[in-house]
Order: sequence, then C-alpha cells, then structure tokens
Amino acid sequence: MDIQFARKTSSKGKGGIMINRIKEKIDEKTYLLIITILMFIVMYGAGMIIFADKGFAKPQMFLNLFVNNAGLIVTAVGMTMVMITGGIDISVGSVIGLTCMMLAYMMEFMNVPAFLAILIVLVFGILFGSVQGFLIAYLKEQPFIVTLAGMFFCRGLTAVISSDMINISNATFLKIAQAKIYFPFLSTVNKKGKVITPFIYPSVVIALIVLVVIYLVLKYTKFGRAIYAVGGNQQSALLMGLNVRSTKMKTYVLNGFLASLGGVLFALNTCAGFVEQGRGFEMEAIASAVIGGTLLTGGVGNVIGSLFGVLIKGTIESFITTQGTLSSWWTRIVISLLLAFFIVLQSIFASIKSKNR
Amino acid sequence: MKKTLKKITGFQLFLPIVALILVLLFNMIKTPDFFKITVLNGTLYGFMIDIINRASELAILAIGMTLVVASSAGTDISVGAVSAVTAAIICYSLGPDQQNYQMPYLVGILLGLLGGVLCGMWNGLLVAKMRIQPMVATLILFTAGRGISQLICAGQIIHVEKESYRILGSFIPKVPLPTPVFVAAALALVTWLVLKKTALGMYIQAIGINRRAGRLIGINSQLIIFMTYAYCGLCSGIAGAIMSSRIAACDANNIGLNIELDAILAVALGGNSLGGGKFSLLGSIIGAITIQALTTSLYAMHVTADQLPIYKAIVVVIIVTLQSAEFRKWISSLQGKRPVKAKVAS
Repeated sequence: MDIQFARKTSSKGKGGIMINRIKEKIDEKTYLLIITILMFIVMYGAGMIIFADKGFAKPQMFLNLFVNNAGLIVTAVGMTMVMITGGIDISVGSVIGLTCMMLAYMMEFMNVPAFLAILIVLVFGILFGSVQGFLIAYLKEQPFIVTLAGMFFCRGLTAVISSDMINISNATFLKIAQAKIYFPFLSTVNKKGKVITPFIYPSVVIALIVLVVIYLVLKYTKFGRAIYAVGGNQQSALLMGLNVRSTKMKTYVLNGFLASLGGVLFALNTCAGFVEQGRGFEMEAIASAVIGGTLLTGGVGNVIGSLFGVLIKGTIESFITTQGTLSSWWTRIVISLLLAFFIVLQSIFASIKSKNR
Repeated sequence: MKKTLKKITGFQLFLPIVALILVLLFNMIKTPDFFKITVLNGTLYGFMIDIINRASELAILAIGMTLVVASSAGTDISVGAVSAVTAAIICYSLGPDQQNYQMPYLVGILLGLLGGVLCGMWNGLLVAKMRIQPMVATLILFTAGRGISQLICAGQIIHVEKESYRILGSFIPKVPLPTPVFVAAALALVTWLVLKKTALGMYIQAIGINRRAGRLIGINSQLIIFMTYAYCGLCSGIAGAIMSSRIAACDANNIGLNIELDAILAVALGGNSLGGGKFSLLGSIIGAITIQALTTSLYAMHVTADQLPIYKAIVVVIIVTLQSAEFRKWISSLQGKRPVKAKVAS
C-alpha cells in the first residue's frame, strides 16, 4: 500500500505548480516520517478498538509506552545521531547491560552512593565512546567491526563483574526509580469506583529532556549541522572546511554517553543487573531510528521520528502482552520485519531518486 | 637480508601462521602433553585433535564468510542465528523418536540446509539487489533468526534420541578422525576447486576491489554477490547441522551463540582485508584453527564462556587496527619513511 502511494505521488511530479510546491516540502525524508506517524496512529487506534475491554484505551496504557521505553528513547536518539553521520553503533545493547551491572555491583557490594555510581557509569560511557570514536574517526576503521568488537567486549566485561543476577536495593536509587509523577487531569474512575490517576516515572522526564536537547542541538547548533553535512557527503563537508574527524569523534562520544544514560534509565526500570540484560537492544534502537526515517546511508534523520519508532515498538510489545497467548519472541520478529520493510522502502525511494535525475 | 624479510612478512599467510604458532607455543609451555595423541578404540584423542575437531564448524563458517567479505566488503553477522534456524528445522523434522526418524535422515538434513540457503538468499537479496549495507541487512536475521528458531522448536529444546544422529558431530565407527573434520575439508576442497577451475574466484575479487569496474567489464555483480550470500547461508546451515548433532538436540538460544565474531575474526586473522577484494580460503581456515586453539587455551586457563568475548574483541580491534591504512601511515611517519602504499583493496 505505502509503496504504491509513494510511487504515485512521486510520479505526479510533472503536474501543476501546486503539486511541485508540496513536493518540494514533502521530499523523501518527510515521506518516511509521515508513514511512521500514520502507522503509529493506525496501530494504536486498532489496538484501542480490538483490545478496548483490556484497557488499551486508558491513558496509563499510553503513558506506559514511555515508562517502559525511557531507556530505549535515549539510546535511539544517540543511535539516530550516529546514523546521520553515516556510521552505526551496535555496542549500545551491551553498554546498557554493562551499565546496569556496574550500577548494581557498585551499589550492592561496594557501598558507593547512588549518585556517585551513576556519575561513574556515565564517565565510563564517555570513555568507551571515545575509544570507539577514535578507532572509527581517526583510524578509519569500519564502524560495524569496531562496535561489534565493543559489543562483545562489554558483554564479556559484564560477565567478569558477575555472572549472577544482582538486585539493586539502594534506598536512594529505589526512591528515584519509584517516584511517581501524576497527571491528575487524566484521572479516570474504574468499575469499582476507584479513581485511577495516570503517572510516569522520573526516567521518562529525563528521556524527554534528552530528546528535546538533542533535537535542538541537531537543528540549531554548528555541531548539529556539521553532523548532517558529514553524513550527507563526507567529501563536500571536508571541502567546506568542516573537521570531519572531530565531528565523527564527538558524535560517538556523545553516543557513548547517551548509551550509558540509557543504561541508567534501564536500570531504574528493572532495578537489577544481569549478564543477558539489554541483549538485542541495539537492534531495537537501530530499528526505531530506521522506522523513524533515518537513512542508513546517512545525512537524513530526525530524533522525533525515532521517538515514534520507539513508540511503534512499544505498541507492538503491548499488543503481544495484551493478547496474552503469543510468545515474547514475536516482538523481535515483528520488529525485524518492520525494519526490513522500512529498509526496502528506503531503497525504493533511493532508486526512484536516481531514476528521476 | 632485509628484502627476504620483507618478502616473508609480505606473504599473505604470514600473519595467520605466526599467530597459530604463537598460540601453540604458548600452550606447549603451559601444558606439556599438549601435542600428545592417544589411540582409543581405533580413534585418535588429544588436545590437537580436539582443536581441529572443534574448529571444523568455525572453518566452515569462515569459508562462507570469506567469500561474503571478499565480494561485498561487508560481513554477514547472521551466521550464528542461521545455524540455529537450520538446527531447529533438522531436529524438528527428524523428531525425538529413539528407533526411527520421522522422515529419512537425508531429507531432514536437506530441509535444514535449504532453510539455511533461503536465509542466505534473503540476505543476498537485501545486499545485492536492494544495495543495503551488508551488516544492517544481516542484522535483521541476526535478531530474528533466533526468534524463528524458537518458534520452530515451540520454545523448547528438541532432542533427537536416535544414536545415528550423533555421527555427524562425533566419529564414524572405525575411522580415526572426527566426522566434522572431513566435512570441513570436503567443503573447503570443493569451494577451492570451484573457485580455481572456474572464473568465479576472479570475479569475486574483481567485484570486491571495485564493484563498478567489475560491472563495466561485464561481470554480473549483483548475481555474484547474491550467490556468495546464499553460499554463506549454506555454510551456516552445514555448521548448524554439525553443532546440533554434537549435542543431539536443538537449543535455539545457544547454538552458534557469539560465533559470528569468531568467524569474522577467522577471516581477518587469515590475512584477508575486511575491505573486500583479495582473499585466501586457506588463510581463513588457518585463522579458524588459531581461534579455536586460543579458545581452548583460554578455557584451560579457567576463563568462562561468558568472559571469552572480551579477549576476542581485543584481538579483533588489534587486527583491524593493524590492517588500517591510517595506522600504517602513522607508523611509517613515525619511522620517517614515506608512507606505505595502501593496498588496492583498501
């Protein structure tokens, strides 16, 4: 359906000036974004109709999309940035696992105060990002290989710290994790006459702040514009006088920071550290970015799109949990299928573009 | 003297052979009876046999991976997951009965391999036709593959109880060497013959070095790349069959876990550029044996399976850094010489 729609609209190019003007505004970048937003609305709407009796339409269900995916939002934002430069980072899943494990170990066995532990973890993320960034930007190694090695390194390091599951029982940490922010104006009364006030956790607030900050950085700062320029065409960016290497390096450092911040939010959600934590998370982050309209070839992307990517993933997950009989493996498979679909869509757009030229 | 030294170090198999010798020397010092081979019931036992035995799957995967890397300058990271899919199909179709298989043994194996090839073709379609970066394209199966495998097994571990299923992963009676070694050797031989006797090997190199140039001289680059991915799927399938035969079951979560890094490592260690182009199958096979030797010796040093990836990740980074043109330039500028000419491939 969507493919046909895209083909039709793009072949209409020789029509009136109006169409041309609209076409100028809606180029391939926005097509993908619009498809994503529509898809989310349709999916969620369908959910509200199909599972109306199971509480899909309640405001809390919608807020849960954010509550369950706060860590993923932050990670996906970082991934979007890296992908705009034309690179990729598949180490984020294991960085998240390692972050949770480090937090849990430091707080449980070394009595490190919660805030100090979080700080240490974030510094580690920055350091890890710098090493990867150096290898990729300055030694020009393939991002995939470097971050694949990074992925296995972090996973192994997690196992070295502890191969058992550690539950976090630090009082301060749990306080942050369980503080609820209520939305009284969305209150509903359930069947028993009890008033239910929807709430979110602080992690959601942090995630949304990160989203807004990175959105502004990408849109209005010199660094943000440089990221797009480098991803669009590295050669031209270099000839324009941009420092391609340091831009790439900074992106990976920032991504390392965001990955570990994502890990902290993830830990706030799960309150535990174990070896398998966050496995396959890189895939979800990449899928969210791609679904949200970030091109794999670089140069095009938007963190708002990635947010919708995350929400779509969250919706699929709640479909599967609400439905009840499907195994959780279906989430992965459906996400992979969606990713494949959007990748193919991108490739079709690219081929249309090169034919028009 | 200097010239001969340069000639020796410039030899493509220099790095893999030296690495293998280093690992073996280390083991020889640490475990004195490392090279001891005993004969028991007409079959050979010993550390070396064990390494060659365990390296077989890896070598099989490395053969497929070498071709993929050479043709498309990208790696297939779905090999482990595809192995799990194949294992699941085979175990599902052969069934848990002790006396009889649900269907003939060969049919089951062929069905599994077909599954592997189909997975490979899917990857190939995305990479060759849709022109998607190989790693992103294979990332789809990397995550979905285990899910598919779980679905086939219905989330459980399927055991194949019939004794003869174990043969592929252990010994044929009265034959001194383990079966996987023969499978790997046969596959390597066939691949080598096909690549040498036909122009395929040269085509793959030509495309890997410059896809556009390859197309301009009349090579159907899309078809060739598609074929390498399909072949890599077949190799993953064969490896998956051996892996599941070793444990006579299909464990969707653990079959071929983390093996994609090993396979990439084997290719890189074999002196093949990860940037595509020139390749050496023998190098990759030696690389696979080296990695298995490394794994075995790390296990001997009481490193758990969970922690292994750290060491391998470090080795990968070192090798890739050594291969990097920028790094070589930097080194030669330190020595005050003019920069080493970057290889055509990079």
